[in-house]
Amino acid sequence: MNKNEFVNTLPKFSGANEYKKVERKLVNKKATSSTVKFLKSMPEAFDELKISDGMTLSFHHHLRNGDYVQNMVSEEILKRDIKDLHYAPSSIFPTNEILCKLIENENVTTIDTNYLNGPVAVTIGEGKLKNLLYLNTHGGRPRKIESGELPIDVAFIACPTVDKNGNGYGGKGNAACGSLGYAHSDLEYAKKVVLVTDNLVDKLDRVELDGKYVDYVLVVDSIGDANGIVSGTTKITRDPVGLKIARNTAKLIDELGLVKDGMSMQTGAGGTSLAVAACVKDYMIKKGVKGSFASGGITSYFVDMQKAGLFDELKDVQCFDIGAVESYNTNPSHHGMSGSKYGNPYDDPVVDYLDFVILGATEIDKDFNVNVATDSYGKIMGGSGGHSDTAHGAKVSIITTNLIKSRLPIIKEHVTTITTPGEDIDVLVTERGIAINPKRVDLLEKLKDSKLPLKTIDELYDLALSITGVPNTLPTHNDVVGVVQYRDGTIIDKLYKIY
Amino acid sequence: MKTAQAGSVESNDCLVTVSEASANEIVISSIVDAFFHSQIENVIKSTLEELSINNVKVEIMDKGALDYTIKARLVTALERMGK
Repeated sequence: MNKNEFVNTLPKFSGANEYKKVERKLVNKKATSSTVKFLKSMPEAFDELKISDGMTLSFHHHLRNGDYVQNMVSEEILKRDIKDLHYAPSSIFPTNEILCKLIENENVTTIDTNYLNGPVAVTIGEGKLKNLLYLNTHGGRPRKIESGELPIDVAFIACPTVDKNGNGYGGKGNAACGSLGYAHSDLEYAKKVVLVTDNLVDKLDRVELDGKYVDYVLVVDSIGDANGIVSGTTKITRDPVGLKIARNTAKLIDELGLVKDGMSMQTGAGGTSLAVAACVKDYMIKKGVKGSFASGGITSYFVDMQKAGLFDELKDVQCFDIGAVESYNTNPSHHGMSGSKYGNPYDDPVVDYLDFVILGATEIDKDFNVNVATDSYGKIMGGSGGHSDTAHGAKVSIITTNLIKSRLPIIKEHVTTITTPGEDIDVLVTERGIAINPKRVDLLEKLKDSKLPLKTIDELYDLALSITGVPNTLPTHNDVVGVVQYRDGTIIDKLYKIY
Repeated sequence: MKTAQAGSVESNDCLVTVSEASANEIVISSIVDAFFHSQIENVIKSTLEELSINNVKVEIMDKGALDYTIKARLVTALERMGK
């Protein structure tokens, strides 16, 4: 069976609420042990764990573009020429470039991840991965692991500080990265767990990763560069278009009655998202409102809002900058959470308690479907991350984007790749108007006297094309290189080879 | 040989270089070439026609400029060349 035929045998997405009809599947957690073995080198780890052809190895991405651990493992695989491995890192960044060689040599032939950009994304887009790329969501990955659909042989977990009992913590050490949320499922369900650290201490007072699940501790010179954890943009935009979008978004949020005591919110770390947070903050202060929580990848911006008393607590699955790491380590109201608790549909996740979320989009279509996985040429450049999880969970999900980016209209007849289904997207805010998903009659009713520039998404589409001209349609691609798995594991779209 | 330039390679702008030639020639490099090649070509052609110019080579490095931007950059480059 070729890849195209195989993909057609996988269960197809049929609705964002379909998971409710399927019972949660849970396999047993891994065996616990009271002893931890300490290893001195990667070759020793490979010998001890008998890393061999066909195994599944997992990693987390909390060190983001500063991570050394996945690369150290990849180098040892290349040296030993181990074949046909399944890699399951929670994300892949440009720094993981060595993985391209492993793909070309068929050392790695299947990949599960939630987000990828850089050279590895290009290599996969060229059709060089023998089997499929499975693009999951941050909540879908823990579901896939706990259900036994993604069995992991060995989890290599980069851990900034480890103690002599094998307990781990991310808030301290040379490569402190804060919350280790995405590693929890790997820790609890992999057959074998190796914590990789460069900071071994006698005893940790605060523990995030429980040593009872840890089989080995590998001590290396350095697990990564903490400066690499900073996400692309973590500063408020100064672009007047972005600021206009942010102001209108905050005004909309206020008019929808979402600025109230006990409110909860999440935004991304992009410049416009943070500008929305800044505007919402002003409304909160003006109204004397105190929120319950802000969640997500946490930035310094939300740390400061929490410290100023605007939120009871922060729920943090990953720290986006050093200020957030520092706060995670010292602020008792800054709580870590696992990827499962964040977004797994079966784990009563935090996303279900969000009042609103601010999200981005590379493309959105007239049915409100959103693409954050590929660009308009079909080239892989991202992935859902927590996009589909938060969009589904939050009471109001808001996409903020420029109507046009470098002549390309962001609203399409059909998006190139669906990552988040339109049924979960409620509002689109652009600099030239706001479109509400017609399914949300409740929101339209609340806004019926609003002076905000409300339009239909079709009107915004026509407006964009009147400015840019009608773009040519590109030829369709046919060779599948991967699939986009919705959070329940069903296939919502396919990824294709680019010529 | 006389040449002149206008514009920039910032996002949403374009850099237009014009030089003397025996006949009109247009060289397009654009980040949105797959979507807008013919529209970029058309706006350059029609602008040259409007100005009755038939002996320049136009090279455009486009970063997603809209038609009116392309036209303005082209006209300015031609003026700088003394056309």
